[in-house]
Amino acid sequence: MQFLIESGDVLLEGFLATLRMLALTFLLALPLGVVLAVMRISPVPSLRWVATGFTELLRNTPLTLVFFLLVFVMPRLGVIIDFQFSAIVALTLYTAPFFSEAIRSGVNSVPVGQAEAARSIGLTFGQTARHVILPQAVRSVIPPILNVTIALTKNTSVAGGFLVFELFASSRRLANAYANETILIFVVIALCYLAITIPLGRLADALEKKVAVLR
Amino acid sequence: MTSVLYDVPGPKARRRSLIASIATGLLLAGVLAWVLLTLGGEGLFDYERWDIFQDPLVWSALGGALLVTLQVAVIASVIAVVLGSVFAVLRLSKVALVRVPTTIVLEFFRGMPVLLMMFFILILFATSQYWAVVLGLGLYNGAIIGEALRSGIVALPKGQREAGLALGLTPLKARLLIEFPQAFRSMTPIIVAQLVVLLKDSSLGYIVGLEELVRRQRTLAEFYGFSQYGFSFFVITLGAFLIVNLTLSYIARRLASRTPGGRATRRAARSAIGEMADTTVVPVQRAAERSRHRTESDYTGGSGSIQ
Repeated sequence: MQFLIESGDVLLEGFLATLRMLALTFLLALPLGVVLAVMRISPVPSLRWVATGFTELLRNTPLTLVFFLLVFVMPRLGVIIDFQFSAIVALTLYTAPFFSEAIRSGVNSVPVGQAEAARSIGLTFGQTARHVILPQAVRSVIPPILNVTIALTKNTSVAGGFLVFELFASSRRLANAYANETILIFVVIALCYLAITIPLGRLADALEKKVAVLR
Repeated sequence: MTSVLYDVPGPKARRRSLIASIATGLLLAGVLAWVLLTLGGEGLFDYERWDIFQDPLVWSALGGALLVTLQVAVIASVIAVVLGSVFAVLRLSKVALVRVPTTIVLEFFRGMPVLLMMFFILILFATSQYWAVVLGLGLYNGAIIGEALRSGIVALPKGQREAGLALGLTPLKARLLIEFPQAFRSMTPIIVAQLVVLLKDSSLGYIVGLEELVRRQRTLAEFYGFSQYGFSFFVITLGAFLIVNLTLSYIARRLASRTPGGRATRRAARSAIGEMADTTVVPVQRAAERSRHRTESDYTGGSGSIQ
């Protein structure tokens, strides 16, 4: 238990760094995901192709490689940015396509009959979107977005392997310093992650039940 | 292509869309040209950046590392599927003494990063990096697959189980002989999609020091000179991952289109996995597409008969 008292500040610092990275990435990746989703459902084929290409490329690339590109390869090409910032860029690039897919599947889950019904009673495109499609789409989009956020939380740990100090990196530091308390360190660090992921998961479940459109 | 959001485009919209297409095309070509020129300016397409790949030894070193990556993924997949099946059955047990601990263990494994698990398996059990990665991936994905299978079982019609019980099967037998095979079958696409994620995650071995593809390419690049070959090795590695993963995603998609299963099962699976599984959206989208095609043809048929 000694380590908990002595290294409380390291833990807290790591936890806050993880939270900060999570928040910043979320704020960057969600808008990018929305843009990608809009491109993918737009009537313009070229926009669809660009967004599809980007999505497929990033979704099939391991996150480790995205980090590797930004942290080790880019600096050699003359793009020198702070590690913290590269980590957020890497996570954003990797996460945005997943947000986009979550949003797209939500919009696509609205039956086409809903739009047809709206149009047949004379609603304009704007009215159809605002009163009929979006209220239904948003409901089915929020739970998957939360699920992607949970995955993002866990993915922030990869930054710890690329010279960024956060929870995972702090666990490595503590495990070196207190070699005989590794089990305790493991459980404490895992609980820090669970403190973020489990409430988010519960929220997703609750929202899914509460706002689901029954069909 | 129609969507929920807009009608079949008319001549005006088609013209606007064509203009937008040309604009995007030009923009994209511009960006690509800029990137290529910049990279070329850095001399990345020069012969001396790539001459190393004439050496078959380089290829065999990379191939060996790709083999490690694939091997890790295959062994971890087997562990994950077996564990997942066990987890699913235990988590649905009637006995609280079995169910509650399983649930806690599953939540624990699912909620933390795989990387953390790998790292602590490495130092707690003093295993090799290889087994730390295999076991970490196996446990983590086992928990996720277990959850998917469980929701598959829950989503089955109640009558399946009742029929088994009526025949005199014990509850466990009904679960194993009737419910589990059906759930497994309807969840196959989800499981395969999760295995693609597992394969991608095997590259986390890089961070815990396993000599897999990402680490090997770095070692090689540093051996031959990172400033000269770093980029070339990165491109080759990325290509290898893309080829393997796109193939697997394609297989997952094919499986999804062949697998029967109701909307309820898919919904359940989607929320159960909730991860970044590559094809989780595919079944849902496919259902949407199917209904779209149907409505579309109904609609044209209808309007034709009116005229």
